[in-house]
Amino acid sequence: MAKTIAEINEKIKKGKAVVVTAEEINDIVREKGEKKAASEIDVVTTGTFGPMCSSSAYLNLGHSKPRIKIGGGRAYLNDVPVYTGIAAVDVYIGATAMPDDDPRNAVFPGAFRYGGGHVIEELVAGKDIRFSATSYGTDCYPKKSIETYINIKNINEAVLFNPRNSYQNYNVAVNLSDRIIYTYMGTLQPNLGNANYCSAGQLSPLLNDPYYRTIGIGTRIFLGGGVGYVAWNGTQHNPCVSRTKNGVPRVPAGTIAVIGNLKQMNPSLLRGTTLTGYGATLSVGIGIPIPILTEEILRFTTVKDEDIFTQVVDYSDAYPQGKPDTLGEVNYAQLRSGKITVQGKEIKTASLSSYVKAREIAETLKNWIKKGDFLLSEHVADLPSIESEITFKPMPSKSVKKV
Amino acid sequence: MYAKVVHLRFPREIVNEPIVMNLVKRFDLSCNILKATIYPRKEGMVVMELSGNRKNYHSGLKYLRNLGIKVDSISQDIKRNEEECFHCGACTAVCPTGALYIERPEMTVAFDKDKCSACELCVIACPAKAMEVNFDKGLLD
Repeated sequence: MAKTIAEINEKIKKGKAVVVTAEEINDIVREKGEKKAASEIDVVTTGTFGPMCSSSAYLNLGHSKPRIKIGGGRAYLNDVPVYTGIAAVDVYIGATAMPDDDPRNAVFPGAFRYGGGHVIEELVAGKDIRFSATSYGTDCYPKKSIETYINIKNINEAVLFNPRNSYQNYNVAVNLSDRIIYTYMGTLQPNLGNANYCSAGQLSPLLNDPYYRTIGIGTRIFLGGGVGYVAWNGTQHNPCVSRTKNGVPRVPAGTIAVIGNLKQMNPSLLRGTTLTGYGATLSVGIGIPIPILTEEILRFTTVKDEDIFTQVVDYSDAYPQGKPDTLGEVNYAQLRSGKITVQGKEIKTASLSSYVKAREIAETLKNWIKKGDFLLSEHVADLPSIESEITFKPMPSKSVKKV
Repeated sequence: MYAKVVHLRFPREIVNEPIVMNLVKRFDLSCNILKATIYPRKEGMVVMELSGNRKNYHSGLKYLRNLGIKVDSISQDIKRNEEECFHCGACTAVCPTGALYIERPEMTVAFDKDKCSACELCVIACPAKAMEVNFDKGLLD
């Protein structure tokens, strides 16, 4: 029997909705069968927590007296540069921004201890953030420089806006070279010393709704410990890739852009993160509820780690050189077991995303919905799916004339 | 067979003492030096695994202490900041001794201080900057 989101919301309001996590659903379906489970279960909750580099926030800082036009000038939060090319007192901070005087990789491998992601974490934690700006001065905005402290509690708006989060599947990174390498997939020991992966697998939002039937623009989600929304498809959203027969992509595929009020988020679920030798970023916690509207939607949520396959990629050569080669396919049950076999060698696996936090997020969202604190939203437009004919484009290579 | 990783801090006066040879010769202990430094003011620091007969181990330690060497268990210098750790597991890939490992099926990252050799690879690999190694702090009080 098909349900509607409005019907599920009525049950949520009455405290009668049946909500389970994407881990728990597997036992229930094994016990009751798909048909019965689909009619009994209203919502399946998912979760993921990991470094998501395309994350950022924009802030409206309010006007100083006399006024300063930060727009078009230069500005910093705790010495991390922010983008000022918008309006007078709006600034935009990206998770990977670094202080001007950070040595980066000049002393290799760079430590990248403090960047934009760390500023976002401290802001959410309610800490004072040192703000400095210089500008050119105008008749209506005469002030040319300012140095002060800002706090999330007393700025007008603080909005988390992440152009690409929650990747639907991701590569497993290994290192075939004979030296240690430092990548966005973590530290990789030489000669297949270790294999790093980064997905919550069976708990991951887009792997439980592989064709984006219920997750779309306007979907209300758990974001950084608060409530947020899916704003758009994420950048590099690439749905038309090879998939297994359960619909699950075998390579990185869909992504989402998400937005939410930073003021109601939690610093333990928005964590400034360091990738030695690579850069600073933000680890983001996201949970998405999947309304069980049909039996098919339920079937998608029963995906297990052993049904989700991904590619092993060499980050010493194939990845940096943009070669399509892979070293084989493994599933998440193998990855989570602690070892996989690549080129006949058994190697240790480790994750960059936290399964512990992913599980916590799915649990928290489940409890919010059960208590009636979180209602589901109808999405207002679909994300592009397999019929979209989207292709993943490389950067064009053209010679530029020197004048 | 008794084995333990210890952290030794030498005052400058005895930095030239052949302690490893004495531990081997007089106390029949095996010494596996994991880390050694002499600081600018000539104080010395050694991290090593000592193994052998339990009685000899304790006599060896007594010998070191009588020389004026400060002997600490390694676990006092290595710390995981529990609030910072978000249990991803990136450290477990680089930890050579298995001191950092995943507990299944919970998937939490456990830290067994007794197995730690203080190599500091986890400090570099940890995305949350949760691993703290403090050899230099409190150098010689």
